[in-house]
Amino acid sequence: MDFDWMKIPYAFLTLFIVVNYGFLLNAFIQKIGARVGRRHGIPIWQNYADMFKNYGLRSSITHGVMFYLGPVFRLSGGVGLILFVPIIYGSTMFSNMSFAGDLILALYFIFFGTLGMALGAGESGHPHAAIGITRGLSQVTTAELPFALAVFSVALQYQTLSVTDIVAAQQGGVLNWTLFTNPLAVSAAMLSFLGSMMRPPFDVVIAPQEIPIGPPTEYHSSYLALMQTNRAIFPIAKIVIYMNLFFGGATDWPTFFFKVFMIYLWSAFVGVVFPRFRVEQSIRWFLIWAVPLGVLSIVMV
Amino acid sequence: MMREELKIRVVKGPDGVEFEVDPLRDYFCEAPPASHPPAYAKIVEDLFNWARSHSLWILGFGTGCGAIEMRPLMTPRFDAYRYGIAWRPTPRQANLLVISGYLSVKTLKRAIRAYEQMQNPKYVVGLGSCTINGGMYWDSYNTIKRLDDYMPVDLYITGCMPRPEALLQGFEDLKKLIRAGKAEGANQYAEKFEWYKANQKQVIHDWDMPDYNW
Repeated sequence: MDFDWMKIPYAFLTLFIVVNYGFLLNAFIQKIGARVGRRHGIPIWQNYADMFKNYGLRSSITHGVMFYLGPVFRLSGGVGLILFVPIIYGSTMFSNMSFAGDLILALYFIFFGTLGMALGAGESGHPHAAIGITRGLSQVTTAELPFALAVFSVALQYQTLSVTDIVAAQQGGVLNWTLFTNPLAVSAAMLSFLGSMMRPPFDVVIAPQEIPIGPPTEYHSSYLALMQTNRAIFPIAKIVIYMNLFFGGATDWPTFFFKVFMIYLWSAFVGVVFPRFRVEQSIRWFLIWAVPLGVLSIVMV
Repeated sequence: MMREELKIRVVKGPDGVEFEVDPLRDYFCEAPPASHPPAYAKIVEDLFNWARSHSLWILGFGTGCGAIEMRPLMTPRFDAYRYGIAWRPTPRQANLLVISGYLSVKTLKRAIRAYEQMQNPKYVVGLGSCTINGGMYWDSYNTIKRLDDYMPVDLYITGCMPRPEALLQGFEDLKKLIRAGKAEGANQYAEKFEWYKANQKQVIHDWDMPDYNW
């Protein structure tokens, strides 16, 4: 097999850029949320301080092997997602390990971390963690459903499972974007997007005052820091998929930064306008409003 | 005298197998807390201390009337988040315990359990006069007088009650202590564990929980 070893340092470089952009963007979006609430909000480098502090805690308690592996799974879900989709279209440096069937792999990786979390949080033995993960998984599952339908619709439309090919098909003008060639799939996916970004109205699972913070109740120090790192990577990774599938991808870093920010802003925008849903409300909302759109988009294709 | 749910009992599992559960052994740690001195080179510790000082996660646990002064800090008017101060719902993730006002003996039990579940390094701020000398409850039969006897306090914020501005100023002072590497209360607690436990057991007459709560 012919493997270009240079891809590995390039992938690390991509990861480095994405992690830092993720930390800053998360803080920036939180700041936007705070400004809407007429607060100043956290400093832009707050997430770095939180992460360093958690890595720097001197003691930690484990509840077993799976408790260790939960955050590791979660982080590998985010990193895997980044590594297997082309970040910058047409660039040999930042196309990473993308290959012909990477769309299916990406779908798998999106879910992978949540499942790892479920096992890890379950082993902590804390009842709040168990209830939180049940609620989280049921919400994520229904939120993923319209996205999966939209992905199938897009795959049918372009007759390929390769993200690179899908991006290639959208080049040459804004009107070639999936947004305009398959609006139903994009709207289904964008509704599903709200559900997985952990912003209101769908953030009840990790809401501090609900079931105390849900799945990560027992997680602390380095475990929590790993999860925070993933918090930086995962939204960007997920947005990259969306950008590639629906918004024409990016051919250089400035385009990348701008598009990722705009897509992220969509969830922040909805988040500051609407109050929280309860879990059963959000499940019903996804099933009633987003899933039919996804089904319709497949039928139309 | 242990509580009912902490006694050894025989449980029948869903598969019909009976097994013995000893909650004190199975659910709690058996070892006393260990002291964790700063382990890295000075420059790394300085970085960590900077991060610790800029990321104070307060355990959302109000013990007395002072808790009411904490709430405005989250609101737009005082907005403590811009100083890196946030509230966490679980002691596992928090690193700052604010004893907000008087502490009745009953609440002291819970405060100890919460404190012991927090991870090293952890800080305690006593809020209001009651934590220093009992304040207006100085002759009460069921409140503690000196918080420092029961857990290592890093900083007191005086007043009855201190205003939210005073709290913010207090947290800024705590940050200076942390950056200087002087806030080692967790290690102090571990080193003088016997003394603290003896003090706690002196006031808590119905001690019905494990000695090590983590």
